[in-house]
Amino acid sequence: MTMSALIIDVTLWGSVLVLGFIAFRRGRVVVVSAAREGTMDFINIVPRIALGVIGSGYIAAVIPPEVITGWLGPDSGWLGVLTAVIAGAATPGGPVVGFSIGAVALKVGGGPPQVVAYVVAWALFAFQRMILWEVPFMPARFVWFRAAVSVPFPFLAAALAMAIGKP
Amino acid sequence: MIFIGVLVAVSATLVYRRDGLDGVLKILIHDLGLFGEILPRVLAGCLLGAFIAEILPHEKVSRALGPNSGLKGLLIGTAFGAILPGGPFTAYPVAAALLTVGADFGATIAMVVSWTLIGYGRAVAWELPILGTDFTLWRIVISLPIPVLAGALGRFVYVRMYPRGEPS
Repeated sequence: MTMSALIIDVTLWGSVLVLGFIAFRRGRVVVVSAAREGTMDFINIVPRIALGVIGSGYIAAVIPPEVITGWLGPDSGWLGVLTAVIAGAATPGGPVVGFSIGAVALKVGGGPPQVVAYVVAWALFAFQRMILWEVPFMPARFVWFRAAVSVPFPFLAAALAMAIGKP
Repeated sequence: MIFIGVLVAVSATLVYRRDGLDGVLKILIHDLGLFGEILPRVLAGCLLGAFIAEILPHEKVSRALGPNSGLKGLLIGTAFGAILPGGPFTAYPVAAALLTVGADFGATIAMVVSWTLIGYGRAVAWELPILGTDFTLWRIVISLPIPVLAGALGRFVYVRMYPRGEPS
C-alpha cells in the first residue's frame, strides 16, 4: 500500500470515527440507525461498483489511446477544444487512464489549452464515472442537471489557458 | 447499469479475441485487486454520508448552503469540496447527504465540482506524478473560479426550471 493510500484511509476512517462519536453523544439510537442506513447504502451500491471497477478495465483496454490523442493536435484551435471535451466525456476508466491520455497528448504535441479542456471535461463529466459512481449515490436528476450546467466550463478553462499562455 | 453491463461484456469479448484468455484474466485479476482495495473505502464513505445526514442540523445547513445562501453558500460548498478527503466513494455520499439536510443544487454543484477539479486528493495522488507539476498547478489555477461559477449557473437555471420549488 502506498503512502497516499494510507493517508486517505487514515483520514477517511478517522472522519467516520469522529462523526460516529458525535452521533453517539446524541444517543445510541442515533448512531445505530445512522450506521444501519450507511450499511444499507453500501450493500445496495456494491454490485454497481463491482461492475464498474471490474468491468472498466476491459472498456479501457479496447479503446486505443491514439484514438483520443489524435484529436488534440497542436494547431487544432477551438475545433480541437471541442473534440477534447467530447473525448474527455467519453474516456473510460479511472484517474490513471484519464491523466495518462492527457500526458500522452502533451508528449505527442497536443496543445496545452486543448489538454486542459480534456482534463477538465473528463473531471467534470466523464460518462462512465457519472453512471458508475455519481448516479448510484445521488439523485439522478441532480447528476444530469449538474453535468448539463458543467458543459461550458472546459471551454472557459481552455479560453483562460489561451489568454494567459499557460501551462 | 444494463448499458454498462453490455459494454463490459462486448469489451471483454474483444479483449478475449485479441489477447486470449490470458489477457482477460490479467485485467480481471488487476481489477479484482482494485475492487478489494476500494470496497472498505466505499463502506467508509457510506457511513460518513449517513452520519453527516444524521448530525448536521437541518436549519443551519439550509441557512449556510440553501437556495438563499448567496455567494457565501457557493464559497462554503467550494471550500468543503476542496478539503474533503477520499475519492468518489466519499464525495458523492456526502454530497447526497448535504442535499437531504437542506443544501440546494447550486451549493452542492459547487461542492462536487470543487472536489473533482481542485480537490487535493486526486491532484496529489494521480495528476502530479502523471502530468507534472507545471501543468497540474496551472490547470488548478485556471479551474479555481469554476466551482462557484458552475454553482451560480446551476442556481440561475434551477429557479427558472422550477419557479415553484422542487417537484416531488
